[in-house]
Amino acid sequence: MARRENPEINAGSMADIAFLLLIFFLVTTTMNVDSGISKKLSEKPPADYVPPIIKEKNIFEVNINRNNELLVEGDRMDIKDLKGAAIKFIDNGGGIGNAGEDGSPGKACDYCQGDKSESSSDHPNKAIISVQSDRGTEYGTYIQVQNELLKAYTELRNRLSQQKYQITFDELEKAYDEAKKNAGMKDRVEDLRVKVEFIKTAYPQIISDAEPTS
Amino acid sequence: MSKFRKKKKGMPAVNTAALPDIVFMLLFFFMVTTTMRETDLRIENPRLPSATEIKKLEHKSLVCTIYVGKAKDESKGSGYNKIQLNDKIASADQVPAFIINARTKVSEAEIPFMTTSIKADKESNVGTITDIRLKLRDVNALKISYSTQKGSSN
Repeated sequence: MARRENPEINAGSMADIAFLLLIFFLVTTTMNVDSGISKKLSEKPPADYVPPIIKEKNIFEVNINRNNELLVEGDRMDIKDLKGAAIKFIDNGGGIGNAGEDGSPGKACDYCQGDKSESSSDHPNKAIISVQSDRGTEYGTYIQVQNELLKAYTELRNRLSQQKYQITFDELEKAYDEAKKNAGMKDRVEDLRVKVEFIKTAYPQIISDAEPTS
Repeated sequence: MSKFRKKKKGMPAVNTAALPDIVFMLLFFFMVTTTMRETDLRIENPRLPSATEIKKLEHKSLVCTIYVGKAKDESKGSGYNKIQLNDKIASADQVPAFIINARTKVSEAEIPFMTTSIKADKESNVGTITDIRLKLRDVNALKISYSTQKGSSN
């Protein structure tokens, strides 16, 4: 009878090796997801470009000075009040809006719930928010201001979306993203796209950065 | 004494045969999720400002990052306005070259989707950011993202 010896490889230290690798990857891994406030810069204007004349009342002026203080439409303001003021300005709807892309004449804002004041913006698609900061302004404050202004738009978009489609704009966008990825929901994509586009054009984000003062 | 001995013999060893499996599972998880830092930071890790209205950056390969903050190397000067491109401290004038260089690495069709992520310390000055922005506009790199932390909404 042959010697039945079945030599086993000693795998006892395998765990040690795996642990070593594990610890290496644990240490080197960074799990941060890059996220931030996204912005699209305007294209460089041609040399002979004449800026269009915009009515004073359609511009919401935000100035930040080098001590990180805010001047909104000529008055000092705390950053926490900025959102409310911006909403009031955008949602005023005192006149008629821009003409549509297909050449249709501009309409009055029928979804705005503002004061319809003569001295504030005509229509959300005409309302321009201009942020001017000093070169010495802290970046953190600048981002805070941008964030507050974006919050104002988000709130208005959510409100309109809730009114028309009974879901918030955030959920609407999420549903649209999901539908785009999912092949089985092809029939819904077009419907959702139209809805998202509608809300976006109803309250377009027009935030411009003015050349900083030095 | 005899009773003790008896007890000792009856104690079963914990079976550790499955331990490597567990460890390997964790190992694979971290291997898959890990992303190696491509550049060494020449500036101190920027303290990003926090915001709530943030969007995730998609297509990591199409993102180029510009860091702004305080130089680690004291001889480069103090203040939170040093710009880092690739591996070294640079000035805003070198931003166009940096972007054009990054463009050579992606296909032509994808260039309009390239995003520049600005990771700036919250104590940097807006002037520095504006300089970068003007340079980016010169080379038509129009999509930018101000990198922020996710803050609590208030």
